[in-house]
Amino acid sequence: MTIWGIIQLFLKAFLIGNLIMVVFAMMTWIERRLLSFFQYRLGPNRVGPFGLLQPIADLLKLIRKENFAPRQVSQVLHLAAPIFTLFCALAVFAVIPFGQEDWNLFGWHTPPFMAADLNVAVLFALAMNGLGGYGVIVGGWASNSKYALLGALRACAQLISYEITLTLAMLPVLMMTSSLSMTDIASGHLGWSMGSWHPWFIVWAPLGFGLFLLAALAEANRAPFDHAEAEQELVGGFHTEYGGLRYAAFANAEYLHLLAISGIGVTFFLGGTSVPGLDDPAGVMLGGLSMAPLIALGSFLVKMAFFIFLFIWIRATLPRLRYDRLMRFGWKAMLPLATLQVLVTATIVSQGWGKG
Amino acid sequence: MRPITGVFRGTKNTSVGMATTLRAFFGKNITEQYPEVKHPVMPRFRGRHKLHRHANGLEKCVGCSLCAAACPADCIRVVADENTDDNRVSAGERYATVYEINMSRCIFCGYCEMACPFDAITLGNDWELADLNRDQMIYTKSMLLADPPTSDRYGMNRRAVTLDGDGLDSALPVWLEETVARESGERSGTDPTGRKGKS
Repeated sequence: MTIWGIIQLFLKAFLIGNLIMVVFAMMTWIERRLLSFFQYRLGPNRVGPFGLLQPIADLLKLIRKENFAPRQVSQVLHLAAPIFTLFCALAVFAVIPFGQEDWNLFGWHTPPFMAADLNVAVLFALAMNGLGGYGVIVGGWASNSKYALLGALRACAQLISYEITLTLAMLPVLMMTSSLSMTDIASGHLGWSMGSWHPWFIVWAPLGFGLFLLAALAEANRAPFDHAEAEQELVGGFHTEYGGLRYAAFANAEYLHLLAISGIGVTFFLGGTSVPGLDDPAGVMLGGLSMAPLIALGSFLVKMAFFIFLFIWIRATLPRLRYDRLMRFGWKAMLPLATLQVLVTATIVSQGWGKG
Repeated sequence: MRPITGVFRGTKNTSVGMATTLRAFFGKNITEQYPEVKHPVMPRFRGRHKLHRHANGLEKCVGCSLCAAACPADCIRVVADENTDDNRVSAGERYATVYEINMSRCIFCGYCEMACPFDAITLGNDWELADLNRDQMIYTKSMLLADPPTSDRYGMNRRAVTLDGDGLDSALPVWLEETVARESGERSGTDPTGRKGKS
């Protein structure tokens, strides 16, 4: 790897990492406002225009708090858990292809807008997602409090149950693209057709998409599967004993999980950066510059926004499941269905139907 | 069969719920933007007290302390003094030199206005009475005599409905009305309290 390559890598990592942090900050505002709209309210609209500076105010408040840990906690793990969770959540973004197209900007040839095009990107993303759960579990354990421990316990069981379904729901797409690289998967639907139509994988695997959606909710600890937090039952669940920036790190990681899982969902089921009806985005020119990278990035972000809106919508609607029903639903409904659709897809793929 | 019907039922119920929240999403929100928009109160809402004057500027209160006697929260303090020709404050024989209401004790029951024989005290519509200091919760006579602030320190104090329209502010006992009207006509320009006649 040349020096320029390494510099590029750092630049991209820096850019994506920081942009994602900005998006996270906005996410807290977006979620609160959207939730309000779903409840006939207005939400935070006082700080700055439309309340846009609310995240900054929250950040300032959290930063000014003491870096505090109760006496009974395991000090090292208590500090390490949020950092670890945040790291894992952030690492997933290394392999999410926000845009595949090469920028050709003012004669500069810049690399595609993703930090690392791993050939085992899916594995990496899932592993990092799963590892992030350890932060929650360790944080709950290290807090040495019964509520935190119960939250961690639930997170643990839930993670195991739904991680399987999540992976199985993604499996059909992997089989159809026969690749673990995110870029291959994002453009993989072009290799499959119904007539002359190359639909996104959501059409090929609608059941997989539905299961992915539900499992993603559980994976990101979102309502109605937010049992690890469960503020009505467990005070704050695993982050009961957390405050200030340590708590902020957990909240940050939770939203990053949400964004990451949305990005993965877009890549897998919504055709990545592709725009329907626009087969060759490179053909769209504006002032002699190809708009392909912008279109790609834009379409990816719009699709991610769709996922996020859906997640918030679901959170605004559905109450939290009872814990035993969560387990029953995971093991006795979702897992069999996921297995079934894997078998069906395996049959289709092995017969080569729709290939071309 | 039960799992199958369960799936259908669950899907249906979830869809209904999602549709409901989506309707709310596009529906009109019910939030009141408080400091800018104030919830209108009903005309007979019992808020901050007002002390009233006759049309000629004399105070209606004669310092009889019946309001203080009627007050169940014991929050009114009246000290009365004699009117003299040099210092004529009220229309009656005596007037209140001190008239204080402790707003942190007042329960806004309205017994004081019921007890008052001269309609000198009524409960107004002003409800923004919060303060940072207990001392400031004691409203003196000058505060109660003055109009409630049209703008307060929290922003624009828009009073949606006021009592002024129905004439309570200038209402006199019917038996006094003619006399006062005649007197105020004679006294115009030489108002003893230095106030222009209040309508």
